[in-house]
Amino acid sequence: MAIALNQNQELSLKERFFNLNFIFIFILIILAAIGCMTLYSAAGGKMTPWALNQGIRFGLGLVVMLTAALIPPEFYYKTTTIFYLFTLFLLLYVDIAGHRGMGAQRWINLGFFKLQPSELMKVAVVLQLARYFSNTPYEDIRTIRGIIIPVIIVAVPVAFIMIQPDLGTSLMVLFCAAALFYLAGVQWWKFAAAAGAVAAAAPVLWHFLHDYQKNRILTFLNPERDPQGAGYHIIQAKIALGSGGAWGKGYLSGTQSHLNFLPEKHTDFIFTTFSEEFGMAGGIVILLLNLILISYGYWFAFRIHNSNYFGKMVILGLNTNYFLYVFINIAMVIGLLPVVGIPLPLISYGGTVIISVMASFGIMMSFYANRDRELKK
Amino acid sequence: MKKSNEKLRILLKRSLVLFSANIFLFFILVGRLYYLQIYQGEKYAVLADSNRLSTRLLVPPRGSINDRNGVELATNIQNFQALLIAEQTRGSIDNLLQEIAPLLSLSEKDKARIKKDISTHRRFVPVKIKDNLSWNEVAALMINNYRWPGLIIDQGLIRYYPFGKYTAHPLGYVGSVSEQDLQNSDAPLLQVPGFKIGKSGFEKTYDESLRGTEGILKYEVNAYGRIMREIEKTDGIKGSDLDLTIDIRLQKAAFDAFGDEAGAAVVLDVHTGEILAFVSTPAFDPNLFVDGISHKNWNSLRNNEKTPLTDKAVSGQYSPGSTFKIVVALAALEAGIIDEKTTYNCTGRMQLGNHLFHCWRHYGHGKQNLVEAIKNSCDIYFYETALELGIEKIAAMSRRLGLGQVYDLGLENQKSGVIPDKKWKQEKLKAPWQQGETVIAGIGQGYVLVTPIQLVTMLSRVVNGGYAVSPTFIKRKEAAPAEPLGISEKNIALVKQGMFEVVNGTGGTAARAKFKNSDIKIGGKTGTTQVRRISLKERAEGIKKDEDLPWKYRNHAWFMAYAPHDNPRYAVAVIVEHGRSGSGVAAPIASKILEEAIKLDIR
Repeated sequence: MAIALNQNQELSLKERFFNLNFIFIFILIILAAIGCMTLYSAAGGKMTPWALNQGIRFGLGLVVMLTAALIPPEFYYKTTTIFYLFTLFLLLYVDIAGHRGMGAQRWINLGFFKLQPSELMKVAVVLQLARYFSNTPYEDIRTIRGIIIPVIIVAVPVAFIMIQPDLGTSLMVLFCAAALFYLAGVQWWKFAAAAGAVAAAAPVLWHFLHDYQKNRILTFLNPERDPQGAGYHIIQAKIALGSGGAWGKGYLSGTQSHLNFLPEKHTDFIFTTFSEEFGMAGGIVILLLNLILISYGYWFAFRIHNSNYFGKMVILGLNTNYFLYVFINIAMVIGLLPVVGIPLPLISYGGTVIISVMASFGIMMSFYANRDRELKK
Repeated sequence: MKKSNEKLRILLKRSLVLFSANIFLFFILVGRLYYLQIYQGEKYAVLADSNRLSTRLLVPPRGSINDRNGVELATNIQNFQALLIAEQTRGSIDNLLQEIAPLLSLSEKDKARIKKDISTHRRFVPVKIKDNLSWNEVAALMINNYRWPGLIIDQGLIRYYPFGKYTAHPLGYVGSVSEQDLQNSDAPLLQVPGFKIGKSGFEKTYDESLRGTEGILKYEVNAYGRIMREIEKTDGIKGSDLDLTIDIRLQKAAFDAFGDEAGAAVVLDVHTGEILAFVSTPAFDPNLFVDGISHKNWNSLRNNEKTPLTDKAVSGQYSPGSTFKIVVALAALEAGIIDEKTTYNCTGRMQLGNHLFHCWRHYGHGKQNLVEAIKNSCDIYFYETALELGIEKIAAMSRRLGLGQVYDLGLENQKSGVIPDKKWKQEKLKAPWQQGETVIAGIGQGYVLVTPIQLVTMLSRVVNGGYAVSPTFIKRKEAAPAEPLGISEKNIALVKQGMFEVVNGTGGTAARAKFKNSDIKIGGKTGTTQVRRISLKERAEGIKKDEDLPWKYRNHAWFMAYAPHDNPRYAVAVIVEHGRSGSGVAAPIASKILEEAIKLDIR
């Protein structure tokens, strides 16, 4: 086969561009459009203050994605460790000197942009783990000794993020890392043992949680505990969603969001804003579009050259990361998980997440665009 | 290479597992969406509506109370209040208050209260600055309105009694809803802040029909309680008006006729029983109660020995005194014990057993027939008659003429008075009836008690030719003609003749009751009732003159009268508490009232 013959030949920029998956990009655009449309409604039928901004950010995100997709994958392999260490440094920096935002120290203010190192770290950990697992023999991965280094790769940044404190992101990094450990072939019993250890340490961890984090968990377990305070968010979100019914109240007609009963209607709770107006049908559309994106992710991992273990790992890791965003956000706003402050990517208002998710998609697509050749290490 | 294949194989295998897990988790989300949006959708739809929809009751205007000519006795007037919406103001609230303080004469305390109200409410909530603005204050605010955005003048309705004390009895007044009112009624209007409810008199009795039907305003609010839009408005229905039989002109004249005296007067149309005037003096200004009466005013009303809060016309029970002689006379005539020719010789005293009964005239009246005995109010004549007649027949005639019962007037606190008989005494005092008690009942003393409304009803039943009219405040559209009592016309003519002589006869007891400015003749009967017991010792030493006694020991004075004598239309009963003498004090008042009624020609 011609492709097989060319498996070590680098592709031109044009070839790489036409190797991109345009259906995937199209779905991204649809989701972003749904986001802008919902933000337009949440602002009471105005482009300001959110919808227009969000559109501009998504446009920026598209540029970032295309740029990342057109960079040869070797770049990511080579810069992995530097990127990881640099991000770790940034995390340390916000822990020490970061600005206060939402009761937690999470931002680096770059003037035009608030950089959230923990978002970068989600990508950095995936890359670093993929690099480690791709270079480690299978037998070593199956030993305890073989997973000490990757555990450290994960544990250090998670600890830093925990300190901020940002429970949601730390858990996301943990889950994402767990998925990569699993994919690399780490035995089931080790996960069971780790889970057992966490369960045993839970009372101690509980002690270290901030009061607002404890409240969130307690309130999640029983929203009526505090109907005017923390439980108010969950109750009002459920009312918004439930009152949408099968087909919704109609675009621009959501009473819960328009009359401000719904908290954070444009950020974390945007899924309920949308579902109030478009009902279960609308909610299923969003889930379906996201499922298609995630399926493409698995397809990308499956499709790229079998020798490119690193690429497969990176794609699966970033894909899982995206899945976790969507799943945790929706599960939390419909009352299946505690409210941990995870936005719905592409739809929630907020720049950092769009850029970081679009960059991830770009990296995934960079591997996909060079799918038929080996990775040059 | 084999090992590396194993690594790849497990990666692909496990990524399939992960993919399946992802799909499975998405299905859980879909299941949850189904549960919340379809299965529990309706419940949440209701909750969403209860979040955003609010209703407010709109208080309907209260029905007015009118006199027989449509003059409003209780009405609603506009009440202006100044409100401030903090978020709409320009500049500081302090400056604004500083500017308007002199216009509305706000004290420092008021200003502090307003500032506190503003700080404790959301900034779009109107805060009350001052209630009951005068026209001058409204005008001052209106002229400078442009200077103070956010300052609004709101108008509401408050109850107003244009005739004040003249109609305090029987109208009563409205006041704020009490805890007890809320327990007695679950009418939603009662929950509305500032709603007024009838507290006494007709305002209380007819409260529900005067109140009207509430309107409903349904509106949408946002999460902070701000009203976003009106959704639905149903206007309330004004309460039904209450049309009374009272003529306010006569009511005022009757009230004023009392001057400073305490007492009561009721004027009846003798053919229909319609109450034309209903007076109890002194009274109070019901307007004081509408906004809550001050402690000072309340205490001064309560501690007044002339009891302005008591409606003496229906709840004042007094011995009828000599007015009762009309009842005794009719009973005796009907029983055939006396006729127009029957005479008794009055020597000033009558012996019964070892007890001596006195005539009011120490030296006696001499030989008296019935007409003379009524004219002179001779006690001996009626002692003798009563003794022969017996208490049972007196009681029976009393009841036929309407004494001893309450009427359907729509007034609380009506007293039934006392018409004693043997059974009554046995039940009440557990003692047998004494003959002497019949004797004093013959002149309306002893156990007999009547209220002014009862006495005027009795007189009306006599002078209308013996028809059982009942007093009423409400004009009956199709009034059934009053039942005849079966009293012979001749006997009625005879007692009327006696009452004519009381006023018009030479030396009649109430010559002062003649009309001043009219030739129309009236008839009537005086009555004086002792408030204290005269002891034997005092009688021997000479009875103290009434004027020398403190007010509260003086005798009550009665006068009942009707006019015109030939064809009676109006009857009046007047009691003047501690007025000393029926002829001297009560008769001129009654005469004035009747003369006014004739002049007004009330139909």
